[in-house]
Amino acid sequence: MDQGTAENIYHGYLKYTGRKILIILLTFLLSVVLGVYAVNAGSADLSPAQVLLTLLGEGDERLNVIIWNIRLPRIAAAFIAGIGLSVAGCVMQNLLQNPLASPSTLGVSQGAAFGAAVAIIALGAGSLQSTSADAVVINSPYLVSAAAFMGAMLTTITVLMLARLRGVTPEAMILAGVAVGSLFSAATVVLQYFASDVQVASLVFWTFGDIGRASWGEIKIMAFVVGIFFLYFMANRWNYNAVDGGEETAKSLGVNVERIRILGMFGASLITAVIVSFLGIISFIGLLGPQIMRRLLGGDHRFLIPASAVMGGFLLLASDTIARTIIAPVVLPVGAVTSFMGAPLFLYLLTRGNSRR
Amino acid sequence: MILSVDGIEFSYNGRPVLRDIKFSVNRGEVLSILGNNGAGKTTLLRCINRILKPKRGTVLIDGNDLFSLSSREIARRVGYAAQRHEGGRITVFDAVLLGRKPHIGWEASEKDLEIVREVLASLSLEDLSLRYLDELSGGELQRVIIARALAQEPRVLLLDEPTSSLDLKNQYEVMKIVKDAAEERRIAVVLVMHDLNLALRFADRFLFLKDGTIYDCGGLEVMTPENISAVYGISVAVEKLGDIPVVVPL
Ligand SMILES: Nc1ncnc2c1ncn2[C@@H]1O[C@H](COP(=O)(O)OP(=O)(O)OP(=O)(O)O)[C@@H](O)[C@H]1O
Ligand SMILES: [Mg+2]
Repeated sequence: MDQGTAENIYHGYLKYTGRKILIILLTFLLSVVLGVYAVNAGSADLSPAQVLLTLLGEGDERLNVIIWNIRLPRIAAAFIAGIGLSVAGCVMQNLLQNPLASPSTLGVSQGAAFGAAVAIIALGAGSLQSTSADAVVINSPYLVSAAAFMGAMLTTITVLMLARLRGVTPEAMILAGVAVGSLFSAATVVLQYFASDVQVASLVFWTFGDIGRASWGEIKIMAFVVGIFFLYFMANRWNYNAVDGGEETAKSLGVNVERIRILGMFGASLITAVIVSFLGIISFIGLLGPQIMRRLLGGDHRFLIPASAVMGGFLLLASDTIARTIIAPVVLPVGAVTSFMGAPLFLYLLTRGNSRR
Repeated sequence: MILSVDGIEFSYNGRPVLRDIKFSVNRGEVLSILGNNGAGKTTLLRCINRILKPKRGTVLIDGNDLFSLSSREIARRVGYAAQRHEGGRITVFDAVLLGRKPHIGWEASEKDLEIVREVLASLSLEDLSLRYLDELSGGELQRVIIARALAQEPRVLLLDEPTSSLDLKNQYEVMKIVKDAAEERRIAVVLVMHDLNLALRFADRFLFLKDGTIYDCGGLEVMTPENISAVYGISVAVEKLGDIPVVVPL
């Protein structure tokens, strides 16, 4: 064998993987820059110097509240939720062997909405408030979150059990997800039919994803769940690569495809359930994050999982910053912004196809 | 004896496909499975690496019962290149590196990369190493799949129609690589092949599969016009061209 060529393959490959790491780092850097901008942006006009002083612990009472209790949690929540949704989407697209799979494919969002509907309508957790900027307020956010989480996990477990019965194939899971999802949607509609206007308004309000709902307590829970499953997904990155080679190949490489699929789907759904129950429904991040990165650096999950993570964090932080600033002082629901930006971006990606290495 | 298969029986949804399969392969030997479409050749390979669980029978590899091993342990011992393969958005290098998966702990080592590099070079895939699989021709993809199975460094190599998409030159080169690997690494190769002439050139032994059971199994002596006619249902002549045996349909 020609030694020169061998060296070339090796160096070519290292250069190629190095490039992927560079892209991930750049995306992260971009997120940091955006984060700095986001701390400074907002309806209360603060100068960068004031922000810096507050971060160093030198701010006055008002600044402390704005920075530490409003802006920073918002940025952290957006970044972490973006990571979670995007990583969940990345793994689901692999495990269902379907590029359009997203965190809500298994009906998680519909389940969460149903849970929230039960809490707001049947348990009376929502009501009208006329004084604040928001016309509607959720009285007991914890009750709604808990119910939404239970609804989301109920769908997930139902879908996974149904899929187990029919054989753990991607088709079985997607079909079960669609069926169970629409069942829960229908149930939500029935509940709304018997609800008061106020309750329906509260529910609709809840359904719009809003990053501002999270305070440090919720952020810690989200970070914990996202962190645990990020590690789990990374530990399985070779398995996901093998699954991309087809089920038969994966099995011949010693991968227990059914188990990987059930556990991975469970993890992705759990992440989504936690985020959706705290923040409401945020669409497109789970689809866009992985899709952008897959085009930029290919389908190797050793890089795709961390890359999707930072891209998801970046996208949601960017969306939330736009939602806060575009028609300030009005804060748009971030779910509306992600859909508005996501749909055209997604279409653009589809028409552009794959970029070369 | 490196691979020995005894009394394998398999059914798809109650429809028997394989019964009473018994054969063994020695170190350094290439066994070619021959038979009609639908005879059960692919099914047999899948039983040997436990992608499918046979209803009855045993598979021993190096004296170890396959059914007492974990799937990772099996993957370290048995390499498999499937009849059909999917492209996907990973590079040739990464696809072959995947063959190292059963040996890799957390991350691929220098040695893994080195093995991939050697395999790529031996199959003349260097120039394609950073190409995505979904940008390859059918034959190029097939060579990548064979490369992956070789990179697995198995004790038993199963190849399902490894040359079906290859051009004439690549057919002979790939088969030569496989045969050399069998001899040098002292591993057993079991392959499915429809090209009888190619099988005659490179296989040491032949196994005729007919209606899910073994019709005949042995060395060159079983490649008779009678056997081939009986299995494939077409009359043939087996001649010698120089000292190369060839099969010609009549
Ligand atoms: N998943 C399956 N479910 C049910 N029957 C199957 C399945 N796969 C294969 N069969 C049937 O089992 C028999 C053996 O199939 P197998 O794939 O082993 O044939 P083969 O010898 O490899 O054929 P070919 O030369 O066409 O590749 C065929 O009759 C086929 O129709
Ligand atoms: Mg076959």
